[in-house]
Amino acid sequence: MGAEPTLSTRINDEELEFTAIGSWTTAHADALEVLVAAAAAQASDVRNMAINMAMVGELDTLGAWLLERLARNSSKRGRQVRFVGLPDHYRGLLDEVRRVNRRAPTSPEKKNRLLVGLDILGRGAVDIKVDLVVFLEMVAALSIAIAHVLVRPRNLRLTSAVYHLYRVGWQAVPIILLITFLIGCIIAQQGIFHFRKFGADAYVVDMVGILVLRELGVLIVSIMVAGRSGSAYTAELGSMKMREEIDALRTMGLDPVEVLILPRVIALVVALPILAFLGSMAALYGGGLVAWLYGGMSPSIFIARLREAISVTHFEVGMIKAPFMALVIGIVACSEGLRVKGSAESLGLQTTTSVVKSIFLVIVLDGVFAIFFASIGM
Amino acid sequence: MDSSADEMAIRVRDLVVGFGDQIVLDHLSLDVRRGEILGLVGASGGGKSVLLRTIIGLIPKRQGLIEVMGVDLDTAGLWDTRAIERRWGILFQQGALFSSLTVRQNVQFPMRENLHLSDALMDELATAKLEMVGISPNDGDKFPAELSGGMTKRVALARALALDPEILFLDEPTSGLDPIAAGDFDTLIKTLQQTLGLTVFMVTHDLDSLHTDCDRIAALADGKIVAVGPIATVLASDHPWVKSYFQGKRSRILTRAPN
Repeated sequence: MGAEPTLSTRINDEELEFTAIGSWTTAHADALEVLVAAAAAQASDVRNMAINMAMVGELDTLGAWLLERLARNSSKRGRQVRFVGLPDHYRGLLDEVRRVNRRAPTSPEKKNRLLVGLDILGRGAVDIKVDLVVFLEMVAALSIAIAHVLVRPRNLRLTSAVYHLYRVGWQAVPIILLITFLIGCIIAQQGIFHFRKFGADAYVVDMVGILVLRELGVLIVSIMVAGRSGSAYTAELGSMKMREEIDALRTMGLDPVEVLILPRVIALVVALPILAFLGSMAALYGGGLVAWLYGGMSPSIFIARLREAISVTHFEVGMIKAPFMALVIGIVACSEGLRVKGSAESLGLQTTTSVVKSIFLVIVLDGVFAIFFASIGM
Repeated sequence: MDSSADEMAIRVRDLVVGFGDQIVLDHLSLDVRRGEILGLVGASGGGKSVLLRTIIGLIPKRQGLIEVMGVDLDTAGLWDTRAIERRWGILFQQGALFSSLTVRQNVQFPMRENLHLSDALMDELATAKLEMVGISPNDGDKFPAELSGGMTKRVALARALALDPEILFLDEPTSGLDPIAAGDFDTLIKTLQQTLGLTVFMVTHDLDSLHTDCDRIAALADGKIVAVGPIATVLASDHPWVKSYFQGKRSRILTRAPN
């Protein structure tokens, strides 16, 4: 890779002469920077300076720039600098390097800390508004698409909807059953453990039944679906956006909301109640199993008590919520997908936002429903 | 082809590359001399990019020999391979800029990973490279998503040049550029090749690039190099594909123009 570079210094006749020797290339970058820094330090109060390059073996942009920078810094301090003995075949390179870095890039001016803080706060507030507007826009676009489909049912992408139903519904069944079964087991075990202290372990059936059917079944399933299918929707639509597929659809006179988003949302709205039902059953099964094996309550007693403890109302309260949860997850996931910009980073960011926001909204919605059902006495 | 190995930047012998049952490159041999610009032409899907990607080690080969700067990449150890990789720069067709880094950070990335330089020097070098490819230093803080196609190619070229490589691989450098931008880019490549003393291996479809930039042209057809040499030699070739390539409607205007 050529000889080690050196930079020797000599003073003759009021002139400081640097002689660059060896190969001044990127391969020796680390050594070169130190060499030139040391040389710059000793360039004292001599009027004139020469850089002798006759003995340079190899030269590339890095080496040329370091020498040029040494010369430029010196001439800024009022010295006369000249280059001596430059080999002809490196003349073009040195000329090129002398042209660059003339204008300093405009550095962003320093700002007041308080103003920066206020700026961040203000932008945050605007972002919340933007989020809300994006959500409402998606609701509106979806309503228009539904209206279109109602007028002309043939516009419904049934194949696509069924395919997505298969993905977000059927393929999600095993993991949903497993998770809700485990949750049912845990609730029953905790209930028996603590209720037994005051002899009320029979009431664990009421707790498991009401909690699972009213709240936990649909909530756990919604959170699972937001994490599993919502994120997939965002990532799919986002990468389609990145590769201009969505623009392509639009130019063909097709509405992306109708073609891509409506089938996905329909699939979720159909799938989530089914999954919530299956999940609730799995949780009750888990609770019953633990009550039998851990609490010593036979299955026939569990079922008899369950029949007394719960009514169809509890089941209805849970199931009514499910399609609304699905709608929120679908709308958030799809609108975040369409907000993806060109970079891979933005895809990741929007997918995270989609999951966090839909889980948050699902829990808020659950709270709103709780107030609603309480006030109408369900 | 019988010149000594020392003058060769890249030597490819009997290279076979295939995917499944399909053989893409069939006992292909090619030399790239130091300090020249070699243009590789061939039909779309004919294996030009495959050859480039095989030389830089992205696609495994079935048999044959590839030597870069006299080093056989099969027998070279990890450190020798790394050293060779630092001596080449690659401009991918779509630029392949890292989308989460700014333009300046993209150019600094190879320096940051391979060298131990101060931040100030890296900033200056990055600005220098950007100016050399015709990007204003003020664009250094933009992200790749904010750049136009031509600027993306220029920034990608600056990144390819970050470590002052000896060999530059260009995969269709002018594709997707308008004729003026493509012409400017051709000039830029030629100028940089001369000032930096580069060896350039260029895959291209652009007949203008072949005429203005390339010292030699290699034509790839049926998995082999069917003609190689200065443009006049390749134009005189009898191979049917080469004939139809250079004497099609679109190229006739160009080949006649100099006369």
